[in-house]
Amino acid sequence: MPNTRIRVPKTAKAGDAVEIRAIIQHPMENGFRLDSQGTPIPVEIITDFSCTYDGGEVFSVKLEPGLSANPYFSFFLKATKSGPVDFRWVDQDGTITTATEQLDVT
Amino acid sequence: MTDQNDSAAWSRRGVLAGLGAGVMLLAMPVRADDVSVAQAITDTFGTTPRQDGKITLKLPPLAETGNTVPLTVTVDSPMSDTERVKRVVVFANRNPRPLIAIMTFGPRAATAEFSTNMRLSGTQDVIAMAELSDGSIWQAQVRVLVTVGACDTLQLRY
Repeated sequence: MPNTRIRVPKTAKAGDAVEIRAIIQHPMENGFRLDSQGTPIPVEIITDFSCTYDGGEVFSVKLEPGLSANPYFSFFLKATKSGPVDFRWVDQDGTITTATEQLDVT
Repeated sequence: MTDQNDSAAWSRRGVLAGLGAGVMLLAMPVRADDVSVAQAITDTFGTTPRQDGKITLKLPPLAETGNTVPLTVTVDSPMSDTERVKRVVVFANRNPRPLIAIMTFGPRAATAEFSTNMRLSGTQDVIAMAELSDGSIWQAQVRVLVTVGACDTLQLRY
């Protein structure tokens, strides 16, 4: 299970734009690097990231090797009601990593 | 006297010819890369005409390493139910794979803005394109100088 770090504010006012930050620890091997023997290191990337809240999608990404190692995203969510903010990463082997943070809307 | 003039003329011509050849050599790979990025754009958006504007691309003018180049894209859109940004696609025209990522904004997004980190193989243009709910496509382009590209073999991992 790769490490994830997420920042969701504890509370927000209804209608506010809330900044969400999410990062996952992952090498994102681009397939162009060589190891010490000179053989290419195979591609190993995360292919999909998505964030859902209040029954709808907030932001999703189709990742390519052109993104940096430990892919990081920040984006804005519209606070409507209290509930969990779910995060989901899928790597090229189909391994799914999930994380959840609670957002309280006042 | 005449000999000197001749040699001066020759060297000037030589320099010009050399410059011309240099420009040709420089221009060749650029054209090849432009084909690959144009292909990537066509694969993503088809042949819909694109307009300049609406997008603000925030990138450092100079990146010391191409491994982690911070990128912020903001699209000027109210993000209402009827008028919103569907997706934003980022390209780098000299990367071995020009397509960087495809971002989709869902119904719970407040603004059409995101930040991430990207890899750049060298000094090049970064292009962002946004597809709006009415089907129009907008683009913006920024040049980034890269000191050490992400594809140069570095043992360090950022």
